[in-house]
Amino acid sequence: MTAISPAAQPRRRRIRVARLPLTFVLGGLILGISLILAVFPSIFAPYDPIAMDYNAILAPPSLSHFFGTDSFGRDVFARVIHAYTVDMQIAIFATTGPLIVGVIVGALVGYAGGLTETLFGRVVDAVISFPFLVLVIAIVAVLGPGLTNMYIAVGVIDWVFYGRLVAGEVKVQKRLDYADAGRAMGYTPARIIFRHLLPNAITPAIVYWMTDMALAILLGSSLGYLGLGAQPPAAEWGVQIADGKNFMSTAWWISVFPGVAIVVTGLGFSLFGDGLAELLRTKR
Amino acid sequence: MTLGEKPGDVPLLSVEEVVKRFPMPQSILGRIAGRPRLAVNALNGVNLSVHRGETVGIVGESGCGKSTLARCLVRLLDPDDGRVRFEGRDIGELAGAERRAFNRRVQMIFQDPYSSLNPRMTVRQILGEALSVHKMRPRRHISARIAELLDLVRLPQDAAGRYPHEFSGGQRQRIGIARALCVEPDVLVADELVSALDVSVQAQVVNLLLQLQEELSLTVVFVAHDLRLVRHISHRVAVMYLGKVIEIGPTEALFSAPRHPYTKALLDAAPELDPGRRSRQAAARGELPSPLDLPQGCLFNSRCPFSFERCFAERPLLGERGRGHRAACHLSEFGTPTFVASVKAPA
Repeated sequence: MTAISPAAQPRRRRIRVARLPLTFVLGGLILGISLILAVFPSIFAPYDPIAMDYNAILAPPSLSHFFGTDSFGRDVFARVIHAYTVDMQIAIFATTGPLIVGVIVGALVGYAGGLTETLFGRVVDAVISFPFLVLVIAIVAVLGPGLTNMYIAVGVIDWVFYGRLVAGEVKVQKRLDYADAGRAMGYTPARIIFRHLLPNAITPAIVYWMTDMALAILLGSSLGYLGLGAQPPAAEWGVQIADGKNFMSTAWWISVFPGVAIVVTGLGFSLFGDGLAELLRTKR
Repeated sequence: MTLGEKPGDVPLLSVEEVVKRFPMPQSILGRIAGRPRLAVNALNGVNLSVHRGETVGIVGESGCGKSTLARCLVRLLDPDDGRVRFEGRDIGELAGAERRAFNRRVQMIFQDPYSSLNPRMTVRQILGEALSVHKMRPRRHISARIAELLDLVRLPQDAAGRYPHEFSGGQRQRIGIARALCVEPDVLVADELVSALDVSVQAQVVNLLLQLQEELSLTVVFVAHDLRLVRHISHRVAVMYLGKVIEIGPTEALFSAPRHPYTKALLDAAPELDPGRRSRQAAARGELPSPLDLPQGCLFNSRCPFSFERCFAERPLLGERGRGHRAACHLSEFGTPTFVASVKAPA
């Protein structure tokens, strides 16, 4: 074994699309399109999402109304497209705060260990002993319906899951020799935790974040359906499904197309998360 | 006071009666019942001094506390009792800038080449971070310094941009050496530097360490269980047993005329390369006593073929046995016991 191995030749660091995991590419594609639709819905939607057309009430899918119209004569396709804005916003806003708070708290708790960890464990137990949806509904019921209160309700609970994930990983990483090497080098705990341990501990949290965004969309739609999230006449998939619930046998398209949008977007997040897990796997 | 030492000379690093215990987890019921908490007695009063420019080998079987001692030397662990002094100062009392200076001047190289490097940092990041945190070089000279360091440990220049997983075990250990050396330390504590490496690579890494020691006039504490390796590189050797140094002396004296029966047993148990010679029967009987429950008297009494009453009553001190050679054995107090002739496996 000489010092110069074959690996010493200049290597290409360019990321080739063909080398990326298929799930990552597919999920990325779905999410990319979803984001474009969310930011520029008016470009793609042929009608105003809240404009009512009494001449075309409950019209089935056709060339002029791709997804048909609802009981107010609103174009379902336009509403599904415009709902991307709200639902992608829910996915991102409801989860990013908990991600950041959970990661920071989890990293500190995992590194500190001892009593801090025990106390945090009790908090986690207390939160996860309630069904997530019931807890969120309870908080929203107290604060009042609407998107902002939904973000608050989710944020209060959701960070705990990230915290638990990261704390567990940091606990493993801090026992490895490279953490000791940092200590022997005289690095501050903050540097060791955030520069050394966290990059090696954060992957599960990032992957969970993707799943969590899918869950947030589901939750947002559920609350919208129950009338606790986005308020009518706003275009939001859960609200739309609720709009169509009385017409399921006669005008299935009102509820089915928003449902398909939820499934496809959720799938996008899940695939992307899977691919990301593959991509971020630590090589040893 | 050991050989070659000027009188009044302060050792660079000295260990004084260091005790380290690791408490065992205890159930709540046991705690309520007031049962005494068990503890692994990893170090039981270790004494050792290391002088500038020398290499001290520390040997002993697994579980004897070698690694715990190494970690106490760089203050990864704080002793429960006793102290470690660096240039005469108790390292447990250093804080702030002094603590950072100590961290810089006493560096450690770790055993496991796989877990000792952060897998998410390139070699450039690993070395650059240490260089900039300790302000070893102005920012614009850091790349040049990294190039020098790679040369120093015989790694190719393009290693800087690569991640640890792209290297072999031997190369990773050299990255570990470069990381320790980049802050220009006075003392290197190498904990089982090569025990995780293939034999063919071990020699390269050890010889590199020897060359670097000479070039940079480093002081080295070399912890290992491989006796031949320790003999090859050490000026002095300390033998540890059950958390205590039981013999210490100049390498050749210790290897040719061990004064402690345990050292003798350890030397006899070392595998021989000469196929014509059969390895002698081990001179130590039985198993290592549990570090949870240390024997009374001499720690080695349960396994020693020569033990007598005094060994069970009184723990021998590490006493001078001539020419910087010290041993903790009641027998060797009265001259050199002829272990070679008398050591026979009990029937």
